[in-house]
Amino acid sequence: MSKTVLTVDDSKSMRELLKLALSSQGFSVSQAVDGVHGLEVLREQAPPDVIITDINMPRMNGFEFIEGVRSTDAYRTIPILVLTTESDAEKKARARKAGATGWIVKPFDAAKLADAIRRVSI
Amino acid sequence: MSQDVDPLLEIKQTFFQECDELLGDLERGLMAIEGGDHDAETINLVFRAVHSIKGGAGAFGLDALVRFAHVFEGTLEELRSGTLQPNANLVKAMLVAADLLADLVREARGGASVDPSRSIAVTERLRHAAFEPALPTAAAETGDDVTAAAPSHPPVQDDPFGLGFQPVVISFDLESEPEPEPAAQATWIVDFRPAASFYARASEPLILLRELSAIGTATVELDETGIPLLDALELEDGYLGWTVQVVTDQDRAAIQDVFSFVEDDCAPTIRSADAVAAPAKPGPPAVARMVEQIVQTFPAAPPPVPDTAPGSGTVTPFPVQAVAPSPIAEDPQAAKQAAAPQSIRVELDRIDRLVDIVGELVINQAMLAQSISESGMGRASAVVKGLEELEHLTRDMQESVMAIRAQPVRSVFQRMPRLVREVAAMVSKEARLITEGEGTEVDKTVIERLSDPITHMIRNAIDHGLEAPADRVAAGKVAEGTVRLSAAHRSGRIVIEVGDDGRGINRERVRAIAIAKGLISPEAQLNDEEIDNLIFLPGFSTAAQVSDISGRGVGMDIVRSSILALGGRISIASRPGHGSTFTLSLPLTLAVLDGMVVTIAGQTLVIPLTAVVETLQPKSSNIRWMGPDAPLVVMRDSYIPLLDVGHRLGYRAEPLQPTSGVVLLVEVGNGNRMALLVDAIQGQRQVVIKSLEANYGAVEGIAAATILGDGRIALILDVEAVSAMPQSDAMGQAPLRLAVG
Repeated sequence: MSKTVLTVDDSKSMRELLKLALSSQGFSVSQAVDGVHGLEVLREQAPPDVIITDINMPRMNGFEFIEGVRSTDAYRTIPILVLTTESDAEKKARARKAGATGWIVKPFDAAKLADAIRRVSI
Repeated sequence: MSQDVDPLLEIKQTFFQECDELLGDLERGLMAIEGGDHDAETINLVFRAVHSIKGGAGAFGLDALVRFAHVFEGTLEELRSGTLQPNANLVKAMLVAADLLADLVREARGGASVDPSRSIAVTERLRHAAFEPALPTAAAETGDDVTAAAPSHPPVQDDPFGLGFQPVVISFDLESEPEPEPAAQATWIVDFRPAASFYARASEPLILLRELSAIGTATVELDETGIPLLDALELEDGYLGWTVQVVTDQDRAAIQDVFSFVEDDCAPTIRSADAVAAPAKPGPPAVARMVEQIVQTFPAAPPPVPDTAPGSGTVTPFPVQAVAPSPIAEDPQAAKQAAAPQSIRVELDRIDRLVDIVGELVINQAMLAQSISESGMGRASAVVKGLEELEHLTRDMQESVMAIRAQPVRSVFQRMPRLVREVAAMVSKEARLITEGEGTEVDKTVIERLSDPITHMIRNAIDHGLEAPADRVAAGKVAEGTVRLSAAHRSGRIVIEVGDDGRGINRERVRAIAIAKGLISPEAQLNDEEIDNLIFLPGFSTAAQVSDISGRGVGMDIVRSSILALGGRISIASRPGHGSTFTLSLPLTLAVLDGMVVTIAGQTLVIPLTAVVETLQPKSSNIRWMGPDAPLVVMRDSYIPLLDVGHRLGYRAEPLQPTSGVVLLVEVGNGNRMALLVDAIQGQRQVVIKSLEANYGAVEGIAAATILGDGRIALILDVEAVSAMPQSDAMGQAPLRLAVG
């Protein structure tokens, strides 16, 4: 069984890039366009093995989304990786405070994604 | 499988499409900020736009774009965090930065290349503007000092992302310990003790053990002494610690890397086995810090067992730490703005095909309805009822399909502020743009063809309409001219106006030019409106010398013909000294319309229902005469000119007696009303518009054609054009009649 990854990003090109990179590493991918949608997708599907989320999104940003995930018992143990840039130290800290497990520094490639996922999922 | 299309290229295209939207958001946000509206929500919108462009650009290796977006983002970040307050020059600099960003996107897309010195200049400008007080001052002379004193803007980096996926440097000083020889087998002792926060972030000790084992030969020792008695055990706390001895040829960094995500949550210590033997004296300050860290992590009495197993037993509400609410979350308006529509992209061809199919469905449904009604089936019969249901569904479907194609005119409008800035700068005038009704929706095909005419009219307004600042001041106006661009729905059409508060049309000159160019005879008696509209005649150009801006061989006549081709109309109204306003009126869709089917002199025509206000069977008491050929119809105490459509179109030589026909009260442009006389009303029907121009040729007074339920072709009347048409004896062309069939 391939691992499943839920990607949450408001940019379609970013979602597609993630999907392309993750699929190439054998992950199966589901997508959400923002935090609100991400929580909806979680409710509708079997919990993914890993969640990758952007921070800057309309409607519900990444911090709020992470808090939302962590406040639901069933999702507390899903590792969450945030997409950041290397200049986002403060955001990284905030994301961790909200419950993020790790981070992926943009720009990413397939190997980098796989590496980050390996670091957070059994 | 990916032979034919490179998926990356496709995603890149998607990215560029997103850029268009983001640049639009950016422009809109900056305009709002310029208008004094710099709340957190707006600044966030602007920040997010630049941030997203940077993120995507990084993914595609568009370095120039990344570099400049990074600088711009830095400024916006300071605005967002409140360390910087917007001032007038900063906002102007950001608008220029937005323009540059747009150009860099265009360059990345394969457009004109951007001179790198521009990025440097704009970067400088942003920095300078950032340190001006909220009110602009004459601070030019401070020059370099200001820059030098500047608090940190992120520098333009040559390789902002070169770091890749490096672990964060661990917080204590490593140099103080002896490093084993590289590449030699060394033994490391790694201690870590996950705190509650470790588990709260869904981290997993097992993964750390697995990763350490991957580095070398690992011997794992569990320290479970921290587990308290059952009654003192906190379910969410962390009580276990591990000591792992790793024999490896890799260096310390490799081990640190394992803890890169969790170093704050499990206080890892990494020692070389040699150093272990050394006395555990405080020694270097780094070690003291480390000890402190551990002490902080385990306050008071140590600890029980962690509950890491998912889904195990008792359910206590998880203690999620309070996080400072983000500005977005706090803002009540956020939800509203947030509800930014989600979208999917569909090829236009697919939608067009759907529109066509639905069009055919409408015709078929109409035909079916007609045959059933002719078959004499009872009104209450199940077939007739089912047909009514079908009609509703067809209509819903049609509206839904049309709604898919409808888009707000924003996409066109948002390109205009930049145009205004650039044109104004080019002709040394001051101009600001006010837009209204950007949310007004209209069919996509219409939108696409609106861009050029609007661009041209705006150029025209600035170049010809607005006076030079000095002249404006002399005329008692403010130096900065105003160009107003608005959109609104009116009687089933979209009306777009481009107005300026400039000098207005110089009618003497327009008339003189028209005579000089042989467009009108010197004797022609023209009223003001007619003179104004001379500028739409082919070959007319008012500019004494062709200027760079609007004189590029595209005259207003081209604008007019492109509008006419869309089934639209254009007119100009002008007040000398006060400015001019171009008014465009266009159909909302080019595909279907609700029509009233009427008989005129034996022909069947369709009148757009959106234009019809009411109908009336006139009695002689309703009719007054202004002259032998000028009947008026009296409707609720107002007198409305009555126009015999059949006579006007040349279908009959003699006008119909008003009392023997039916009067349709219609609304024409500017809210004026007109009464149309037809022979009889057949009914109301939804019709699919078939272009007459494409299939036959343009006919004055006729907007398009359609196919009726019985297969006949009917012409669709252009109400406004018919009202404005001269009497039929003035018509140059023979009336168009259609043979039945």
